[in-house]
Amino acid sequence: MAFEPREEQKVLKYEELRIYSDAELHNYTDEELKNFKVKHDIPDVDELEKGPWPSFVADTKREALHRKKLAKDRMMIEADVAEDLLGQLQVSFDDGETHWKHGGIVGVFGYGGGVIGRYSDLQERFPSIAHFHTMRVNQTMSKFYNTDYLRCLCDLWEYRGSGLMNLHGSTGDIIFLGTFTEQLEPVFYELGHVLQQDLGGSGSNLRSPSCCLGKARCEYACIDTQDMCYELTNHYQDELHRPAFPYKFKFKFDGCPNGCVASIARSDMSYIGTWRDNIRIDQEAVKAYIGGEIPPNAGAHAGRDWGKFDIQKEVIGLCPTQCMWMEKGKLMIDDKECTRCMHCINVMPRALRPGKDTGCSILFGAKAPILEGAQMSVLTIPFVKCESPYDNIKAIVEKVWDWWMEEGKNRERLGELIQRYGIPKFLEVLEIPPMPQMVTEPRSNPYIFWKSEDVPGGFERDINVYRAKHKR
Amino acid sequence: MALSTERLGLYNPAKPMENRLTDLGPRHFWQYFPPIIQNNYGKWKYHEILEPGVLVHVSETGDKVFTVRCGGCRFMSVEHIREMCDIADKYCDGYVRFTTRNNIEFMTDTKDKMEALKKDLQSRKHVSGSYKFPVGGTGAGITNIVHTQGFLHCHTPATDASSMVKAVLDDLFDYFQGMTLPAQLRISMACCLNMCGAVHCSDIALLGYHRKPPVIDHEVIDSLCEIPLVIAACPTGAISPAKTEEGKKTVKIKEDRCMFCGNCYTMCMAVPLADKEGDGVTILAGGKISNRISPPEFSKVVVPWLPNEFPRYPDVCAHVKRIVEAYAADANKYERVGDWAKRIGWERFFEKCDLPFSEHLIDDYRLQYDTYRTSTQFKYTEAAWDVSRAAGGIE
Repeated sequence: MAFEPREEQKVLKYEELRIYSDAELHNYTDEELKNFKVKHDIPDVDELEKGPWPSFVADTKREALHRKKLAKDRMMIEADVAEDLLGQLQVSFDDGETHWKHGGIVGVFGYGGGVIGRYSDLQERFPSIAHFHTMRVNQTMSKFYNTDYLRCLCDLWEYRGSGLMNLHGSTGDIIFLGTFTEQLEPVFYELGHVLQQDLGGSGSNLRSPSCCLGKARCEYACIDTQDMCYELTNHYQDELHRPAFPYKFKFKFDGCPNGCVASIARSDMSYIGTWRDNIRIDQEAVKAYIGGEIPPNAGAHAGRDWGKFDIQKEVIGLCPTQCMWMEKGKLMIDDKECTRCMHCINVMPRALRPGKDTGCSILFGAKAPILEGAQMSVLTIPFVKCESPYDNIKAIVEKVWDWWMEEGKNRERLGELIQRYGIPKFLEVLEIPPMPQMVTEPRSNPYIFWKSEDVPGGFERDINVYRAKHKR
Repeated sequence: MALSTERLGLYNPAKPMENRLTDLGPRHFWQYFPPIIQNNYGKWKYHEILEPGVLVHVSETGDKVFTVRCGGCRFMSVEHIREMCDIADKYCDGYVRFTTRNNIEFMTDTKDKMEALKKDLQSRKHVSGSYKFPVGGTGAGITNIVHTQGFLHCHTPATDASSMVKAVLDDLFDYFQGMTLPAQLRISMACCLNMCGAVHCSDIALLGYHRKPPVIDHEVIDSLCEIPLVIAACPTGAISPAKTEEGKKTVKIKEDRCMFCGNCYTMCMAVPLADKEGDGVTILAGGKISNRISPPEFSKVVVPWLPNEFPRYPDVCAHVKRIVEAYAADANKYERVGDWAKRIGWERFFEKCDLPFSEHLIDDYRLQYDTYRTSTQFKYTEAAWDVSRAAGGIE
């Protein structure tokens, strides 16, 4: 099967699109790099070149030298931007405080997100990073690329920006770090017109949705994470670019309950793949695991001698619902008691596979601590079929957004709104009944907010009728 | 149409709305799947970690894809990315991908190509000696630390991110290239409470934290900020309206109510919190995201504050290492840090990790009651004897 894009995709060939020649790209030697000193004195920053982990300082210096040796007219912002950045980092270490100014409203026409303004508060000392704006470029789903595309981004960003970026930012975007205001629109135009590529979200918008690598290279994936993520990202472009929400809103798509993209902790609306039939068992492979022919947990524990694999201790005994047992040499699972935690499947991936009747659970309301403390998403919809174009899911999204836009206070995340109103109100919004799965246990206080219509005769009463029976 | 080289490219500032293309979205993913991925989409049967950093996925069709995972910096230059592209062109038909935790994954369809690729990646070093593409980050080990911008780009940090991550990972490098732990151990880093790195569900979380209330820029606050919004921004109601001696509108802060979250500063540049002596690092532990065995869990504060010792944070590194080593020595196979702490009891966690327990670690925010222990089930540790002694219960 192949998935089709919404719009035909231009084929990008670096050879046809490139800015820099090979000679420009290879304009320094290792010897020159070894001897290269940035223009500022940066002893503490230099210290970060030592040690085995990749040094971002060594890498930044490489960019600094490369820019220094490019012709001045081959970059639209100053050549020494990387040097000034390292210089300011040293001063930040000295002062123990950041030297970036608060905010700064910049952007591209018509969009309320995707660009974050940033200015140095040491502009006289580090003029080349006086402006150091960020642009968020919406990543491809699960961050697969080819080199034609990446090389084009590199040329574009070296020519019109600092040549420094994040692969990737926390939410998932490709982050272009550092350019001047003048170049924001040109970068946007190049991205759109030449690379057929849009910016991502920032501010009180839908943020760029992200997903795990799903069925592309994982046997656990229960949903087409990339396709769902792509479809919802494109369907909600208006919400992604033009702020209309009380605050940010995130979608994340995990293919299974292992949760590699952390949707349960990091998204207002978490989609987590699951199944509703039985775990598929290959009894021969179970025997092979028991016999020690296949390493448990796909070899994840190979670095230490944990002794012989013990299915009783390592799988059956650790099952949180105790719904597994061995019977006549066969592994048995009482699937209706299984909560699909993935442990047995993770330990024996060649013997056990998720069921085939798959969909996703939808949870709502995760966020980091600001403001009312961190929240994880609450299980709200146990199982939803996920079939393109996901109209059933879009209908749910829109109910939630309508309510949140109506009732949410400025900078109130969905999870906070749900807490403020209570889950019962949220269920009313979603038009779904309650279920015990929404809570870990029922309430221990009896302070139920009964409504007038719950009680025969309602809340309207006559004190005189009461007094006729009960003297003051 | 090539990328343009004119100063403003295709943009005409005289007619800013002309030819504007919007709402294109991201590029479609399918074209970036290598053929082996396209051909086996949804058909993967099982996988195996052949050695740290090297995975094989086997398809129902019999196809195999070999993946070599290496650590990435997240913050990287176009020079580094171009080198990555050279490698991908040489071994992977021009395809490469990135993981959620900022690792780089190169995929090949034969074992031989994988071996050559791995050797090549391990051989590449920066001129000053660090690896460019260290192979690892799989299985029961420590993978890349996800992190935030810090001093390189952010206006609200209480510490730096890239330098701390570099220091901690230098220290834990063997765990990145090994699989010797009881389970995977995820470390995350956020340089302030806004947590754009969302570290609140990590086995170990490093969090920059302010400890001084905002200092008020009375001169400009009324002209630069909406004072009612600043007041409303405070979750504890510590900010109230005030007037300067000259009669200018400003705010005052009830200092004993400030929890140093910085939400007011997010709303208003005239109330900065950053302070060299005040700022430092909080360490949290025992969180996770996976639903495996036990439900996802928040990380808990286990070290209230450590100083910002730029650029190498020796104290932070030592504390992290102590937790990792105590966990490695004591936890059961498959047990995450939080599951281990729960099983042995948090009192034993503090003892085994040799971490002092101070009053800062007892929740006194609104949701505190959830963490009170209302049971006679506890373990005796030195901290318990100290309390009995202080209360006159024992000598």
